[in-house]
Amino acid sequence: MSVAEGFEYLEKLRDFFYGLAELRDRLKERGFRWPKPYAAEAAATGTVKVKVGFPAMLRNGVIMDVTNVEQAQIAEEAGAVGVMVLDKLPYDVRKAGGVARMADLKVIEEVMSHVTIPVSAKVRIGHYYEAFLLEEVGVDLIDESEVLTPVDEQHHINKWLFTVPFVNGCRELCEALRRISEGASMIRSKGEAGTGNVSEAVKHFKALYRAINELAAAEAAGEEERLRDYARQCQVPLELVALTAKMGRLPVITFAAGGIATPADAALMMWLGADGVFVGSGIFKSQDPKERAEAIVLATSRWDDPEAVVEAQRMVSERASMAGIDVKALRPEELLQTRGV
Amino acid sequence: MKVGVLALQGDVEEHGHAFRAAAEELGVEVEVVRVREAGQLRDIKALAIPGGESTAIGLLARRARLIDELKSAIEGGLPALGTCAGAIFMAKEVRDSVVGETGQPILGVMDIAVVRNAFGRQADSFEVDLSVEGLGAVRAVFIRAPAIAKTWGSAKPLAYVDHPKLGRAIAAAQEGAMFATAFHPELTTTLFHKALLEAALGRR
Repeated sequence: MSVAEGFEYLEKLRDFFYGLAELRDRLKERGFRWPKPYAAEAAATGTVKVKVGFPAMLRNGVIMDVTNVEQAQIAEEAGAVGVMVLDKLPYDVRKAGGVARMADLKVIEEVMSHVTIPVSAKVRIGHYYEAFLLEEVGVDLIDESEVLTPVDEQHHINKWLFTVPFVNGCRELCEALRRISEGASMIRSKGEAGTGNVSEAVKHFKALYRAINELAAAEAAGEEERLRDYARQCQVPLELVALTAKMGRLPVITFAAGGIATPADAALMMWLGADGVFVGSGIFKSQDPKERAEAIVLATSRWDDPEAVVEAQRMVSERASMAGIDVKALRPEELLQTRGV
Repeated sequence: MKVGVLALQGDVEEHGHAFRAAAEELGVEVEVVRVREAGQLRDIKALAIPGGESTAIGLLARRARLIDELKSAIEGGLPALGTCAGAIFMAKEVRDSVVGETGQPILGVMDIAVVRNAFGRQADSFEVDLSVEGLGAVRAVFIRAPAIAKTWGSAKPLAYVDHPKLGRAIAAAQEGAMFATAFHPELTTTLFHKALLEAALGRR
């Protein structure tokens, strides 16, 4: 299903939310303008087509977490469609504890000047100013991520205010639709980052698609009341629920993330309906990052071709995989996925 | 009629959607094939190379030993449309605006020179109305787009875009049955896919 079908409604949604945002006027006083003024006539930056269209170009691709230029170059040479610059890989965030914040701007800028593929970075949930800084520096995609320590327990960033597209995590459909109504241009599963255990991502994708399939069936049967109930339950506009039901998928690109460590993990997530994958600690916490990066790219691109996935899985050794953490061994307060719902 | 979309990485679904919508407008039947193997090239009458990351598409095509086969199929007259990364993949000359020479695998079938990331990063991505010679008006979406710096030989520019930073750049070009666009027609219009189908039907 082409995401182009969702453009018209998302544009309406943006106008609605944007009209509501008093914040816009406050920010305008401080010099933030949206949409950015543009010299050529009738041309515009930061539109829905541009922001939701960008992730569509990442389809069947892999975005890899990196902490420096060398890792970013390994990722690019392996065929990644993007890199996510972090201060610490999620596995190390877990080990280090304390407050996890946005990466060094210097490192982000250095990566941007050394690779040709898109560069993303994470901001803390609700941290408008980290996001403004990243937009100013020029990153291509911002991940408002539960891996970092949230600064606002109640609200996410109003992402319609930004020219740069955002990706947000979700564990089920309601959460995804709330993020889209706040202006997320792309959704990913939350999974349980930094564990090397894909089980939570599987759980989140199955929950997401089970709900979408139920809505699609309700839509097909003309049971409009069920769509209305669902919209009320999730506290999102009915039209967004109806659009999702009609398309049979989220109206924005949906990646898998959280615990992907092997080519087979990536292929599994693609089979469950992901448009592409984020790999966090899985590559650079393994003993064979170069081969593993190439192998995961191959398995993600050709997940439905068993021979290709076998070839990919042969490129890596299980002895070199990151050790991983059993999610059941984590205490509830150690879970990252419950942050920001 | 079978038509193909190179399905290694990128917005393959969007191209399939545009092909089907274009076919409906023309009143012809098409079956969209996701092209991943050389053998599939024999059955298809037109090929779209999608937008995506040209480095990823190039590396995956090389691994699948598709480069030579794609090259000879297109040089043998298979109508082809390359959008954004696809245009980079088809061009004979490629460089990047930030890092310069990239050394990435390309097909090198079309007489165009392409500069990657010419308009800047994602925050500089834009949409604009363009007039395309022979096809008409389109809303063109440029996403981290390349610019076509020049055409030579039998390749000719089809559309231009005026950009505040870059000045006038070529946004679309044609050489025989090959089309290259710096923007993404698959997101907003069926005009290019219709042109491709017409070329496949011998009407163009």
